[in-house]
Amino acid sequence: MSQIHNNIWAAPRLSMRWWPVFRRNFLVWQKLAIPSLVGNIAEPLMWLVAFGYGLGALVGQIELGGQQVPYILFLASGSICMSAMNAATFEALYSAFSRMHVQKTWDGIMNAPVRLDDVVLAEMLWAAFKALFTVTAILGVMLALGISHSPKLLVAWPVLLGVGITFSCMALIFNALAKGYDFFTYYFTLFLTPMMFLSGIFFPRDQLPPVVRAIADWLPLSAAVDLVRPLFMDRWPEHALRHGLVLAAFTVVSFWVALALTRKRFRG
Amino acid sequence: MSAPLLSVDHLVKRYGEQTVVNDLSFHIDPGECLGIIGPNGAGKTTTIRMSLGLSEPDAGSVRYFDGLAMPRDALAIKARLGVVAQMDTLDPDFTAAENLLVFGRYFGLPDRVIRERIPALLDFAALSHKADAKPGQLSGGMKRRLSLARALINAPDLLLLDEPTTGLDPQARHLMWERLQVLLQQGRSILLTTHFMDEAERLCHRLLVLDHGRKIAEGTPRDLIAKHLEPEVVEVFGQGAVALAQEHSLQTLADRIEVSGETVFFYTRTSQPLLAALQAWPALRTLHRPSNLEDLFLKLTGRQIREEG
Repeated sequence: MSQIHNNIWAAPRLSMRWWPVFRRNFLVWQKLAIPSLVGNIAEPLMWLVAFGYGLGALVGQIELGGQQVPYILFLASGSICMSAMNAATFEALYSAFSRMHVQKTWDGIMNAPVRLDDVVLAEMLWAAFKALFTVTAILGVMLALGISHSPKLLVAWPVLLGVGITFSCMALIFNALAKGYDFFTYYFTLFLTPMMFLSGIFFPRDQLPPVVRAIADWLPLSAAVDLVRPLFMDRWPEHALRHGLVLAAFTVVSFWVALALTRKRFRG
Repeated sequence: MSAPLLSVDHLVKRYGEQTVVNDLSFHIDPGECLGIIGPNGAGKTTTIRMSLGLSEPDAGSVRYFDGLAMPRDALAIKARLGVVAQMDTLDPDFTAAENLLVFGRYFGLPDRVIRERIPALLDFAALSHKADAKPGQLSGGMKRRLSLARALINAPDLLLLDEPTTGLDPQARHLMWERLQVLLQQGRSILLTTHFMDEAERLCHRLLVLDHGRKIAEGTPRDLIAKHLEPEVVEVFGQGAVALAQEHSLQTLADRIEVSGETVFFYTRTSQPLLAALQAWPALRTLHRPSNLEDLFLKLTGRQIREEG
């Protein structure tokens, strides 16, 4: 028997077989799109309204790279990254876990000629698609509110898809490890919530103590914010390559780890 | 004689110290229904999982069709298999028809082809009137039949059914059996695990008796009974029945005596003298019947309870 098959760390074997799995999720979502849309954009908009207009009135302008920026714009450009993160994470944790563990949908799929690797890829891309959908809706609202009219938002859009991909890969690691839904609370409490506060969404990272800042600068959400925020202000991001590489590194490593752990979970 | 559709050779699976499948070999010929019977924990489901490439054997090989090997050719093999797992994996968010459509897509079938097949499959599963119902609105038997219809979406060469009627009421079970009979009459080939002996007797051309991961008997239901059992059984039960097992006059009339709970089983080739002798105990109740697969199963695997685990 081949060692390659035994090794959970073997290179991903990906093919276009992910597509019918993605379509399956799309078909379910079509039936529930409107309520799911409300859920996806209501919360980020509440953050924006409460903090942007409420806190923004107190804060006024924020200085960013020598430029004075209204707080609502500062917050909107950061929180949209958080929305991409949250949308991808929820889908790749709770929804993927339902399909994988509760409904046994994956088991059914794997009785057809579809490999586990392709199922994981489909779930990953699906969660990223959900993030893109959420982000698109929020961008629409932000445009309507006149928060930003930067033409570079067109570039922010695919970048946010990339952010969704990164965070869906990371969430799939925890999906692979979970025994139940309760486990996901750890991921939120220990990883996502601290990251939300350290990545410069609500306040600039230079407010952080130097040691914390040194770590915070390399968080994937920081990279996302540093890429997306300037685009909202009609500027090109600095160190775009570095930020892109940070996101790419988190994506590749996370996907590989998630795949290995999922293979381990399904190996009997 | 054409080549077997599936041949399993010297398969071994261990979990730690425990060997759950031990040097198991069998094959399925075209048009055949092979039944694997055995108590809980005998290794039936593990065997199916290895046959599907979902679990890696520690030794041995699983081959299909014309030289395809599991797991190397898993996708090519699965394209030609139909699987009904022990637990339904139907999509709760989809209607019966959508379940078939979505599953057909996993095989890379064009929607046009799948949509052509759906009405016939729903009709076969006696679910035409439920095409737009979701699994939550279907009974247990309907869900199983929908799972069977789903397994047929790719017009498979071989069906693997893991306990297809477990948990169904008698009516639903009979309908399922009848559907499987139809498939066999069409010349389909089936591998079936079950712990219902009447199911095995009705459907299977050949049986494999599995216990503790080993094959302990193999043959047609009729041959197995003839080989391992006396043709007739007299069951005696009621107050004081168990004491009869020690009765010398009866012992000489029976070929074999078994006691289970409050019942004594006299296995015999000629029941008349035994029945006549039992007239001396008019208070006891007797049941005279031909021996069946259940007797065989209990003889081979014992009467003690096997808890899951």
